[in-house]
Amino acid sequence: MGYPVVKGVSYIIAHVPDLVRYGSKPAREIAKDPALLEKINASLRSFDQAKNYPPHQAFIGNIKPEALWDLERPWFEHLLADSPRESAWGEIMPEDEFYGLLKIVDVFDLIDLTSEFTAIVKPKLENHKLIHAADLENLGDGVSRETVAQKIKAGALPLMLGPELVGCIQDGHDEDHNLTADILLENLACKASGVLAMRRALHSLNFDPAAIDFVMNTGEEAVGDRYQRGAGNLAKAMAESTGCYNSTGVDIKAFCCSPVHTMILAGGLIHSGVHDHIMVVGGGCLAKLGMKMKGHLANAMPIMEDVLAAFAVILGPDDGRNPQIRLDLIGKHAVSTGSSQQAIYEALVKKPLERFGLAIPEIDKYSTELHNPEITEPAGSGNVPKNNYRMIAGLAVMQGQLKREEIDTFELKYGMPGYSPTQGHVPSAVPYLGHAREAILKGELERVMFLGKGSLFLGKMTNLSDGMSFIIEKNKGQ
Amino acid sequence: MEDQGLIKKTVEEYGKENVVVVLGSPDAESAEIFAETVTTGDPTFAGPLAGVSLGLKVYHILEDEVKAQIDQAVYEQQVGMMEMVLDKEAICSSVKRIRESLD
Repeated sequence: MGYPVVKGVSYIIAHVPDLVRYGSKPAREIAKDPALLEKINASLRSFDQAKNYPPHQAFIGNIKPEALWDLERPWFEHLLADSPRESAWGEIMPEDEFYGLLKIVDVFDLIDLTSEFTAIVKPKLENHKLIHAADLENLGDGVSRETVAQKIKAGALPLMLGPELVGCIQDGHDEDHNLTADILLENLACKASGVLAMRRALHSLNFDPAAIDFVMNTGEEAVGDRYQRGAGNLAKAMAESTGCYNSTGVDIKAFCCSPVHTMILAGGLIHSGVHDHIMVVGGGCLAKLGMKMKGHLANAMPIMEDVLAAFAVILGPDDGRNPQIRLDLIGKHAVSTGSSQQAIYEALVKKPLERFGLAIPEIDKYSTELHNPEITEPAGSGNVPKNNYRMIAGLAVMQGQLKREEIDTFELKYGMPGYSPTQGHVPSAVPYLGHAREAILKGELERVMFLGKGSLFLGKMTNLSDGMSFIIEKNKGQ
Repeated sequence: MEDQGLIKKTVEEYGKENVVVVLGSPDAESAEIFAETVTTGDPTFAGPLAGVSLGLKVYHILEDEVKAQIDQAVYEQQVGMMEMVLDKEAICSSVKRIRESLD
């Protein structure tokens, strides 16, 4: 039996402009200057603008990321008119339906939606192929506007749809700072978006949820209470809401590096026979909504961080067909590696390839952190993927595997433009997994390397960063 | 953002004449934003240095003046690859322009 395979991947986006105010940065800024909320509201995108935004269409898989190079910038002004909401792997969900989904996955009655809003959104969800009868039962019929207003008066957070109050979310405990409404909203948003991605992955593969043995969640939300902050297992909660009844789960925490760590761990668990089929999921990160809004507002741009993004990957034992994870070609940033960019790339790229006598140009594509530059550049964070590709090219030049003049074109041949929403762990290499799987199956690519990095120092426990890499390659069918 | 707070605190503790900022930004645009942040104030108005004009001396690690101060072997090991792949000229000239605009 060969190495485990990537059986299927899904990507979803939930457009949630009215949740931007609850992102960490906007919430802190609005508390200092309440007039800012009006400015934020005036700079939000419509659903169609978010749906037709080229990087979002690349994220859900309707266009190849490389196609973005041929589209005029800025992409937010050059939309792909009438783009579909759905793709073979995913979808872009509007805010009203996402509110309904939040209610559906809320098993503690934290969320109340008004009966007027519920009456409008219910038929839409009835028509959604991933929403079932039991979900509609969980959605219920809503409560009166007065009930919602009373709860907000008592401290619940309002849920708005444009100017309309459509619901609220309340605290989970009177004294527990880990169960306040804003934290629970973050956790529920991660759960709901992750569940949608998992259901998409199962549906697009026509895969029985009961055949999933284990769910591994890579999201960064700290689910827990006052005695165990961040204690987790949102994975199991997601498995429950996806009908993976034979599964348990675990959350893997490693900042933005978690998806790459988790793919490797999942591969190892399957290869060793501990589990048969594993789903790796990353739910959306509400805290990062509007994170770079000041840069966007200063540049008279729409607030680009108005979406939650999530992914799900189904991994299984070698089936002789799907691309395999080369568990013998893993790269890792060790404690002793050092923090210079050079040292990091040597550990993640050079070392694993060297072990097998492979040169950097023998990998067909590199998937690094794929942050959309249109979001990061106005805030001074530069073009993250472009810089990553230059680093890998530089490493190849230093080893005599590439000519110095090829550094500028390396990105075009071995990389892609950044297209992922800046949702922390989500942009970290995995957005390309679906495209890579498809291209390998079509014979367009042979091998793709995925590398992720994590800023561990943000947690104040170490000055170290982190990084891992893995390679998927064409299944030789042996 | 956190770095901005740290720089502000360092300046308050040691005085601005005793603080020099060395940037490692990977492109001219972000180098310029950070150089501006520690001189005239955060142009994106996002961090603690929004509207705070520190007027600090700012250099980029790729500038020859900085390189000359560092052991050659260490520089090669830590920065050599960056020096090769980044647009050194554009980065250095944008940081220099901001630095010299203070004089």
